[in-house]
Amino acid sequence: MANKKATRESYGEALALLADENKDVVVLDADLSKSTKTELFQKKAPDRFFDCGIAEGNMIGIAAGLAAAGKIPFASSFAMFAAGRAFEQIRNSVGYPHLNVKICATHAGISVGEDGATHQCCEDIGLMRTIPGMVVISPADDLETREAVKAAAKYEGPVYMRLGRLAVEDVNDPQDYHFEIGKGVVLRDGKDLTIIATGLMVSKALEAAKALEMQGISARVLNIHTIKPLDKNLVFQAAKETRLIITAEEHSVIGGLGEAVCAAVCEECPVPVVRIGVNDEFGSSGPAEKMLDLYGLSAENIFRISKEAYEKRSNFE
Amino acid sequence: MEASFKHQLQKIACKVRLGALEAVYSGKSGHPGGSLSVADILTYLYFKELRVDPQNPQWPERDRFVLSKGHTCPALYAALALKGFFPWDELKKFRHPGAMLQGHPDMKHIPGIDMSTGSLGQGFSAACGMALAAKLEQKDYRVYAVCGDGEIQEGQIWEAAMFAGHRKLDNLCLIVDNNGLQIDGRVGEICSPYPIAEKFAAFGFHTIEVDGHDFEALAAAFDEAKQTKGKPAAIIAKTIKGKGVSFMSDNVAWHGAAPNEDQYKTAVADIERVLSGLE
Repeated sequence: MANKKATRESYGEALALLADENKDVVVLDADLSKSTKTELFQKKAPDRFFDCGIAEGNMIGIAAGLAAAGKIPFASSFAMFAAGRAFEQIRNSVGYPHLNVKICATHAGISVGEDGATHQCCEDIGLMRTIPGMVVISPADDLETREAVKAAAKYEGPVYMRLGRLAVEDVNDPQDYHFEIGKGVVLRDGKDLTIIATGLMVSKALEAAKALEMQGISARVLNIHTIKPLDKNLVFQAAKETRLIITAEEHSVIGGLGEAVCAAVCEECPVPVVRIGVNDEFGSSGPAEKMLDLYGLSAENIFRISKEAYEKRSNFE
Repeated sequence: MEASFKHQLQKIACKVRLGALEAVYSGKSGHPGGSLSVADILTYLYFKELRVDPQNPQWPERDRFVLSKGHTCPALYAALALKGFFPWDELKKFRHPGAMLQGHPDMKHIPGIDMSTGSLGQGFSAACGMALAAKLEQKDYRVYAVCGDGEIQEGQIWEAAMFAGHRKLDNLCLIVDNNGLQIDGRVGEICSPYPIAEKFAAFGFHTIEVDGHDFEALAAAFDEAKQTKGKPAAIIAKTIKGKGVSFMSDNVAWHGAAPNEDQYKTAVADIERVLSGLE
């Protein structure tokens, strides 16, 4: 479990493998191929790689046209400029006609680090999950990213995949791992509360769960790699069995995994849901791990908030 | 162009105009002005230029057409209905709840629509993507897109133009419906896109300026575009917004307003007079 790799790196490697496997796959980038790692595909299949220059809106439109003509385009930029700048192109040129475009955005969240607020996109999950028919995937580690890329290529329809710049630990067990769009993964069982996490927060949730165990609190950990469609059954089961949910995401508490879980839970089996994420504020410059700590996206903070919420509930019961 | 064929196109164009007006009148909303300016261009495309099969709208080898100025779909719908893609009666349900013919083109539900458009500036990029796909697969279908002259104020048009020029997409033909008007007034006064041809030339296009209501001139322009190798073509078609209807002609008030019953009757009479003169 010592392996550490950024999901953007895993994405680039998975794309390069797809180059041979599926000749319909084409890759687009907007002058960030060295950062998004689409350059790994470019090296493998230069004739099916198109750098669109610094023009993200057009890149999404090009992808839509390629998909309409039967290709499977993967379009990459930073989350800020894909989901953010090109939101309306994604909504109208990809989402509305339900075209087979895969938007794989790297450098999502606060862990972009030194580039600061203009580049730290904490709104992309919210933006993308409001688009009807859009699948929103946020893988947690190397293996999950590779499998997600394969699954996205096989799936017929628009997919938004959220990838990170920072190297992250492996969290999934390669022995019995199976990726399915819309199916969450139980990484740890528990009966007192459930931490539902996505992306790089999954490893921090696991760390927090270990610390909670030391305090006699049994925490279940769900890895929700697909935020839309949400694995509601897994969430409902956790709500019913543990009666307290903590969500953890490297995204605004507005519009992301936390709100998706809240919406599902409050309609079906209301239990307290405490959301951990970026608290309606912009990020700032600094080393990635420092930024994660500063904005409360640490194992320590998950531990603290989970413990508080658990004790608060116990006082009521 | 043979006189009889030109005559035939002129008659079809009258029917396209009648269909567009019928749709907007039935829907009690829509965009008659730009539908009337683009009617002759669409007539030429669907009844001469495009290789399409109404019996097989998804034919992989077909030429693609993207109406990037999607709001003028009443004319496109009329052309598609005349061509046999769907029954004429659908026009009467334009913009009605549950109807197939949406307020802007919907590729998922309307036979013959190759791209969903409506948000200005986006369709042209998709057309570039289709042209790129044809190049990749070494197919010989061509891709046509129509933009408005107001629409080219959108930055994305120039992102796409840069892409098409850079990639030498000579299977791509853009037509700019240069009717000179946008919602707020004259394009030259709101935020001038002129000179249009020079701009596209600077982006690597072969440009052709033409009277967009003259079928012989359109034929020459489309032939020239098709013969152009190594660069995409842009046909700047000078048109009149509201063309064919006396009170709509060059009148910005008819950009996005539906005629009332009396106005509709007058409009139909204007066009039928031309049509009967051709018969």
